[in-house]
Amino acid sequence: MSKDSQYALEIRNLYKIFNRGTINEKIALNGVNLKLNPGDFVTIIGGNGAGKSTTLNAIAGVWPIDGGQIIIDGTDITGLAEHKRAPYLGRVFQDPMTGTAATMDIEENMAIAYRRGQHRGLRWGVTRSDRELFREKLKTLGLGLEDRMTSKVGLLSGGQRQAITLLMAALKQPKLLLLDEHTAALDPKTAAKVLEISDQIISENHLTAMMVTHNMKDAIAHGNRLVMMHEGKVIYDVSGEEKKNLHVKDLLAKFEEVSGGEFANDRMILA
Amino acid sequence: MEYFLALNPMALLRAWPGSIAQGLIWGIMALGVYITFRLLDFADLTVDGSIATGAAVSVMLIRGGMSPVATLPLAFLAGMAAGLVTGLLNTALGIPGILASILTQLSLYSINLVILGKANQPVSVDNYPLVASLRYVTAGSVSSRLLFFAGLTLFLLALVAILYWYFGTEIGHAIRATGCNPNMARAQGINTNFIKVLALMLSNGLVGLCGAFYAQFQGAADIQMGRGAIVIGLAAVIIGEVLLGKFAAKRKFAFAYTLLSVVLGSILYYMVYQFVLWLKMPSDYMKLFSACVVAVFLAIPYLREKNAQKKAQKKGVVQG
Ligand SMILES: Nc1ncnc2c1ncn2[C@@H]1O[C@H](COP(=O)(O)OP(=O)(O)OP(=O)(O)O)[C@@H](O)[C@H]1O
Ligand SMILES: [Mg+2]
Repeated sequence: MSKDSQYALEIRNLYKIFNRGTINEKIALNGVNLKLNPGDFVTIIGGNGAGKSTTLNAIAGVWPIDGGQIIIDGTDITGLAEHKRAPYLGRVFQDPMTGTAATMDIEENMAIAYRRGQHRGLRWGVTRSDRELFREKLKTLGLGLEDRMTSKVGLLSGGQRQAITLLMAALKQPKLLLLDEHTAALDPKTAAKVLEISDQIISENHLTAMMVTHNMKDAIAHGNRLVMMHEGKVIYDVSGEEKKNLHVKDLLAKFEEVSGGEFANDRMILA
Repeated sequence: MEYFLALNPMALLRAWPGSIAQGLIWGIMALGVYITFRLLDFADLTVDGSIATGAAVSVMLIRGGMSPVATLPLAFLAGMAAGLVTGLLNTALGIPGILASILTQLSLYSINLVILGKANQPVSVDNYPLVASLRYVTAGSVSSRLLFFAGLTLFLLALVAILYWYFGTEIGHAIRATGCNPNMARAQGINTNFIKVLALMLSNGLVGLCGAFYAQFQGAADIQMGRGAIVIGLAAVIIGEVLLGKFAAKRKFAFAYTLLSVVLGSILYYMVYQFVLWLKMPSDYMKLFSACVVAVFLAIPYLREKNAQKKAQKKGVVQG
């Protein structure tokens, strides 16, 4: 297959319009362009309704888009069904309930993730060697979950579930990791722990990652690149030294500039 | 007093073996209902039609000269075809699950009539070597009766074992994940549409198989025999869960016990059913009885939960 992009992810002129032709019509993505290099870890910020989740959902193929192209590691995935592009992607969602199957064991959940992109047949769902691997992976979390591998995931706390979802997302070495406010539903201490695990998993597996967050400090402290979205467009994109030297007040200034100071209602976490 | 004197305990004892056999046979169907209702989280009303389809296919083939045993897999396939239709209506055409299954159920009524040619077709145990018959339970030597029960029980145990294995495989995991959390399933690369269709086919295959057994057991396939079947299937699933769920959960092979509890739920249902008939409840009221059983057993876990919450709240107030 000829590669028509050397980027880990290339988004070209992405459009998404919800409820087209009704009074509720909403242009959620209004020509998004973004190129990620392999190994990029991008944090994404922006006000409510800026189009952050919509961008991630478009990449994941939750619904068809209305225009543009999505290319992952040289493969155009624009027309692929959600389950067909899953092999390229690891995903963690805001709601800890979304990423795992509550009525199934920890090891069964992990085994399902471990077969991502493979044919699922009549082989046993969790093999002994799977179990060994999962135990090792769970140990790295430091949450003691390696001793509870046959517990139902539904019995775990939100933080534990997010940690497992992260492991599951990285288990098959995805081309791109999508994190959509995956710590927003957790208490501050747990959120910090899950963020730490995210960093660890991303660096250990050399993943390319996109992380949506409302916490400006986190957005600056994590990753090598920062993108701000507004009204369905990327309006700010910094990386390297420039990003490292950012301060929350710089982001606020930028935000005020584009939104005319109406961010007071927003969920943005400034500190 | 007169009423009680008129009740004959021996009559009940004589009737119960038949109920147990009937419960075992409907256990096949209940396992199918468990797959859709509990594992796939899909209220599938196709079964009211597909049970009669399995029955019609089996009876007409037997009357045509096929061996009764050989009709069983064909009844299974006929049930699967019904599940396929519901699955495609739902996934390919986007019709909501319950409605899709009602459409299939309704159309099966016509199809079953075509297969049967008329509303009722008998198969007499006098003329054919049926795999099941009420006669095997009520007549013949004690050892032959026991043999019949042993065979039927073994068949159900084998079915439970196969399902236990199947839902432990990769594809079985995919079905369970799809039922539990379809978003997660898709994110993990599972084609949830395909899985839904597959599970509906498997479930209705079992229901068709049950129909074949049941038609032979009662000596006829009848166009009406599926009416309210889903309610009986649900009753079995829920009775099993409410009475034996806690017991099953703590075991090593919990899922196998859960499947077994569904079969036991079916047997219990028919024993209670017989008991209520024995109390001289007019048989016209029996559908009402079935519906009440399901309503009560569905309500129990919900009310328990609510009660526990209330108690917890009260405690909170006292302490706070
Ligand atoms: N499924 C949907 N149907 C209709 N409108 C939608 C849908 N999903 C998103 N939208 C709309 O699209 C716009 C962008 O939403 P999106 O969820 O991408 O915002 P976001 O940047 O993630 O915001 P937040 O920070 O609140 O999560 C919003 O106006 C939202 O109401
Ligand atoms: Mg969002």
